[in-house]
Amino acid sequence: MGFAIKRILTVFVLLLAVTGLVVAAPLIKVGIVNLPPEESGYRQANVEDMNTVFSKANGYDARQTNTGDNSEQIAAAMGYIRDGVDYLLISAANASGWDNVLQSAKKAGVIVFLFDRLIQTDPSNYQAALVSDMATEGEMAVNWLLSQKLPYYNVILIRGQLGSAAELGRSAAVLKARDAGKLKIVADGTGGDSWSLEEARKVVEAAIAAGKDFNVIYAENDGMAQGAVQALDAAGITHGKNGKVKIIGFDFNRFALRNVQAGYWDCDVQCSPRQAAEISSWIKAHQTGKPLPKGIIYQKEMLVDTSTITDEIILKMGINADPGKGVITR
Amino acid sequence: MNKMKIRNYQAFLPLLVLAILILINLLKGADYFSISIINGALYGNIPNILFGASELVILAIGMTLVTSSSGGQDISVGVAATITSSVFVRVVLNAHEVTLMTVLGAFLVSCLVGIAIGAFNGTLVAIFNVQPMVATLILFTAGRSIAFLIDGRLSPILANRITNQIGSVIPGVPVQTPILLTVVFILLFSILLKITNLKLYAQCVGINQKAARLNGINPVSVKLLTYIILGVCSAVAGFIAVTKAGRHDSVNLLRFIEMDAILAVAIGGNALSGGKFSITGSVIGAYTIEVLNRTLLRLEVGTETIKAFKAVFIIILMIFASPVARGTAAKAAQWIRARFTGIVRLPASKKAEASEGSKADVSVEKEV
Repeated sequence: MGFAIKRILTVFVLLLAVTGLVVAAPLIKVGIVNLPPEESGYRQANVEDMNTVFSKANGYDARQTNTGDNSEQIAAAMGYIRDGVDYLLISAANASGWDNVLQSAKKAGVIVFLFDRLIQTDPSNYQAALVSDMATEGEMAVNWLLSQKLPYYNVILIRGQLGSAAELGRSAAVLKARDAGKLKIVADGTGGDSWSLEEARKVVEAAIAAGKDFNVIYAENDGMAQGAVQALDAAGITHGKNGKVKIIGFDFNRFALRNVQAGYWDCDVQCSPRQAAEISSWIKAHQTGKPLPKGIIYQKEMLVDTSTITDEIILKMGINADPGKGVITR
Repeated sequence: MNKMKIRNYQAFLPLLVLAILILINLLKGADYFSISIINGALYGNIPNILFGASELVILAIGMTLVTSSSGGQDISVGVAATITSSVFVRVVLNAHEVTLMTVLGAFLVSCLVGIAIGAFNGTLVAIFNVQPMVATLILFTAGRSIAFLIDGRLSPILANRITNQIGSVIPGVPVQTPILLTVVFILLFSILLKITNLKLYAQCVGINQKAARLNGINPVSVKLLTYIILGVCSAVAGFIAVTKAGRHDSVNLLRFIEMDAILAVAIGGNALSGGKFSITGSVIGAYTIEVLNRTLLRLEVGTETIKAFKAVFIIILMIFASPVARGTAAKAAQWIRARFTGIVRLPASKKAEASEGSKADVSVEKEV
């Protein structure tokens, strides 16, 4: 009896080993260190994208750690290096403290890609970084605005968290255009650290109460643009396609894109959370012996306005829940 | 009159601050109080302030009660409101069609969730004697993730006529709905305090638990009850916030509001160590914070410096509200009175006055 069990077990173990070898051999081992999906709608889409692209079906043996704690992230990265992954993908919670990890990866021959967020370190410590170019996003929006041929440009600027990469990049374009005399900033406010809808609303309410004449709202994310528009609605000021005030938002939330589609807002700029496909294409090319890109690489992002928006863009490129065609989120 | 004011320093201080802020606003532009009618609703600085502060006022009321009974603060109110409102949105969106009844039903369900959250925090504080800030830290850290899961990993949209009108204006009603809801809430709450012994019990437990128990008041159930009431306050605040926003953003909804709620309680002249409290003070405190935020915007304080300005203002305010400053103010008042009347009070009469004063205090506070 005992002998039989032993034999069955041995066969079982052998079988496991064989199938394991057969399946595991062609898979590319990837370790992904990312932030938790509940951090934002952006991150939710980002994590989902990583999961779909780096799947078994696509030839990857990928493991993902999602945490907002920098030291936990570092521990996870070290673990992946020890486990002998081929590629390590990092979106760091904190821009500093990574030098040790990057050195160990180098020693172990692990190729490191950064995505979405840069790390303060020498560029030779990682292979390539795929990030959004916030400054270009801002420039796209400002160029679009200046092409609208408005008689004058009096802008309410609503910044995000002061000092964040997104705020610096997106504000820079507006400040540059102001310095060049192309537009006027009549009110300069912020939604604070939480990019708050309520704060944005208050900024616009204060501008209205002060009797400021403005015809553009440049809000550095969709939530703040929504708050600003609420203030306009309450004050009976028209906006959107046929209105007085042009509304510009960022991030490509689906509700924002539907608002643009309905002509309730005017324009929205993408900040793509979907880096996985491009990184995967690098890896696949590398496997066939082609060289990898090096240094900071910016994602291609787009801007839509009421004339260029399509359902396909909303469904494929948007983030967060889709309210449905024709539904305006006030 | 002067005597009354100084004895009732608790409500006097926040009112004074509010008056100073309004004066600053008037100096900036005399049209501060001007109100017009836009799209059938009142519009102006005052309606904007009342509209913007509604969630904060409601949370400050609950926070006052909890502060009084447990001598600590609940730092999970914003997160609790996010969870309750995520449940509200879930129920509304699952409904076949959105009617007033489904919205009401969903709101009641979210209140139940608020009660459960309050009971959870309250149990930790009242039964296990965990420090309130530590007990509520649990939900503070984990709560937004819970709301995120209830949301189904996306920020759901509440784009329907009824919730939109609750968050803005009902046609034919000249006042924005959140303002009305806040007024109704304040009224209901003051009725609750009027017809029950809740205030007395909470204060007793907050001042001296043992004495309260000896007098037949169960500190555990009183504390638990105050946390449950705060849970309901969170649910109401979450309901207002999510109908205002039109979508449920589990990451940013009412973020950091707990700090403002605690500040409102402090500005209201309530001791954060518990005991006697004044809801009126907290409500004024909440509106003061809102007015302060808007005043800084009105004065066009630079974006980078706006927080520093707010901090300086609050520091000054807290120094004025401190017991040391209160004592000095009382002394100064006495000195002035002595100068004008020429009578120097004897210590004995001081004592008599003091006891009379505390009686007056009680009678004033009963007015809520």
